[in-house]
Amino acid sequence: MVPTPSQTVGPFFGFALPFDDDAISAADGIRIEGQVLDGAGQPVPDALLEVSQEGQFGRCQTDEEGAFHFTVRKPAAGFFEVTLFARGLLRHLNTRIYFPGEEDAVLASIDPKRRHTLVARGDGGVLRFDVRLQGIDETVFFE
Amino acid sequence: MTEQKNDQQSFEPPYLYPEYRATELRAPRHHLVTLPDEWFHRAPGPAFGRIPVRPGDADLTRQHRGEPLGERIVIGGRVLDSDGRPVRNTLVEVWQANAAGRYVDPVDDHSAPLDPNFTGAGRCLTDGDGAYRFVTVRPGAYPWRNHANAWRPAHVHFSLFGPSLAGRLVTQMYFPGDPLIPMDPILNSIPDPRGRELLVARFDLDTTVPEWALGYRWDIVLRGRAATPVES
Repeated sequence: MVPTPSQTVGPFFGFALPFDDDAISAADGIRIEGQVLDGAGQPVPDALLEVSQEGQFGRCQTDEEGAFHFTVRKPAAGFFEVTLFARGLLRHLNTRIYFPGEEDAVLASIDPKRRHTLVARGDGGVLRFDVRLQGIDETVFFE
Repeated sequence: MTEQKNDQQSFEPPYLYPEYRATELRAPRHHLVTLPDEWFHRAPGPAFGRIPVRPGDADLTRQHRGEPLGERIVIGGRVLDSDGRPVRNTLVEVWQANAAGRYVDPVDDHSAPLDPNFTGAGRCLTDGDGAYRFVTVRPGAYPWRNHANAWRPAHVHFSLFGPSLAGRLVTQMYFPGDPLIPMDPILNSIPDPRGRELLVARFDLDTTVPEWALGYRWDIVLRGRAATPVES
């Protein structure tokens, strides 16, 4: 059967999709924070990200600065699956957040010039991971 | 195979669709990187069990002291996988404007009135048949500034989780006969008219509750197969 087509999450999901502690899948875990940026380098304040891996799940709506955060345990796989929704995205995007120093066949298959867009970097006590929808350093998205 | 794949692609909106202006700075310009065959079908779907589903969450007309204004409706259907098998016990989230075309969301500045008896958000889990059912009011159309005199057709937003990552779906359900449908860039972004029709519910007398509410039926098909069913 033909899958039902996607449509944008729109701008008005913030009253409906967030839930209590949605960004925290492991309270004693590692904090990942970053920003979603558009092709003009401007923050995307109406995006929703979900991370999932090995039974962990987190959801976070971006704020006015396009910022999001998750608190997670490092998964054995070394990366999280990321699903990104936003106003202006007619269908969602899939990407990955790799922990620093992690490597696997998928990461190794990516153009070396773009590979860094999938890898979080240590920044003080947190990990930093930005999503660039367009432009220089556009994040690698998967299908 | 290619024909079928092309067919399916024409049922999905592109990322860049200039008539929907917000896509211009947000659509990726690189091609998406294709992961190994069937990867999305093997990657387990997100474990959504932390998202609370409370009794009564599927009735959007009973979340406040009084009943919301507007035309009470029932929306029901089944969630299926690509093989036509029911997707059981999966989370369905909905959100929508009130009958006047206004969202509770603070970002919405449309001048239409809020309804103190309507929030417009609901959740449920599909049953053993993959069936879901919501009671709500028919949402109003609203203006959205995408172009001159732009109005969104009445719609209900749906978010679904499937058994694999491939099945994750956020979409919108429309109402049959809505005169705004042919001029909506968001719906028209789907190239194939048959794809657009998949997002329009049908009026259904069997779902209609006599003396109480009109019923609409809308079945949803998630990408992927139920090889690893989610029984959370």
